[in-house]
Amino acid sequence: MVLALGTAGVVLVVLVWELMRPTLARGLASARAGWAARVRGPEPVGYDPGRERRAEQRARALLRSCVDEQDWAMYRDLGLLRVWGGIGERGRGSDASYAYLIYPHKPIVAYVPATGELLNEYCVEFPDHSRPFGSARLPDSDDVLAKWMALTADERRLIGEANMHLPGRQIDPERIRRDLARVERWEREQAGGAPGSVRAA
Amino acid sequence: MKPGHGEIVLAEGDVEIPEQERELIEAFRRELDSGMWAAVPLAAPGGRRQAELVRSFEDVPRDAERVIFFPRAAGGAPATDAS
Repeated sequence: MVLALGTAGVVLVVLVWELMRPTLARGLASARAGWAARVRGPEPVGYDPGRERRAEQRARALLRSCVDEQDWAMYRDLGLLRVWGGIGERGRGSDASYAYLIYPHKPIVAYVPATGELLNEYCVEFPDHSRPFGSARLPDSDDVLAKWMALTADERRLIGEANMHLPGRQIDPERIRRDLARVERWEREQAGGAPGSVRAA
Repeated sequence: MKPGHGEIVLAEGDVEIPEQERELIEAFRRELDSGMWAAVPLAAPGGRRQAELVRSFEDVPRDAERVIFFPRAAGGAPATDAS
């Protein structure tokens, strides 16, 4: 009798456990998810993964509206801007004794156009410590525009703010020489209207 | 210019209308007080484009179409790739 009751009890417990197991498993998983969500904190409100791309598109439009058509075409095709140097000289222009290459989020590179000799790297950034939109970096084209504005408006001041290094500190000199060759080839093509010029949008 | 966002229009108005000019001046001062630089894109003699940094609203040419505010330049961190 006792054995029969014991067996029936065990069977009952096993049956109840089998019936309750899915419900318990769901409850446990839900509790785990809730705990993980509390640990993660609230989801960012209005997070938009395309925001940086649209910011760059706006920045390109702004850059295009500020610089010469030729300069814009150079940036569009080659990804860099050239600014003629002007400190201590009467005016800027293609006869300047030195010039700068502006890359997005890279140092400004000074060089001698006549010889291609690299002079210095000027490491400068435009940090916004308030970070109102989740990133302290300007869009690439805004960084280029900021450097262009600061260089053409007050070259001496910008160079004074920058950390100066010898060429090669951050950008491979071979890359710069290749870029100078690309600029030269690009200008020849522009001047001659030669076919094959790169026209990336 | 705002990091992660790009261009934002802060204020628009006509400097010939006193009320709108006041709003423009307030926006200008607010940005400079927050540490931004202000630049006006111009066409230089000879047709080349360049910018002019302005430190007060009076320095802004009356016929300027816009003033662009951007974070103040600082020496880049030499130990990182970003400059």
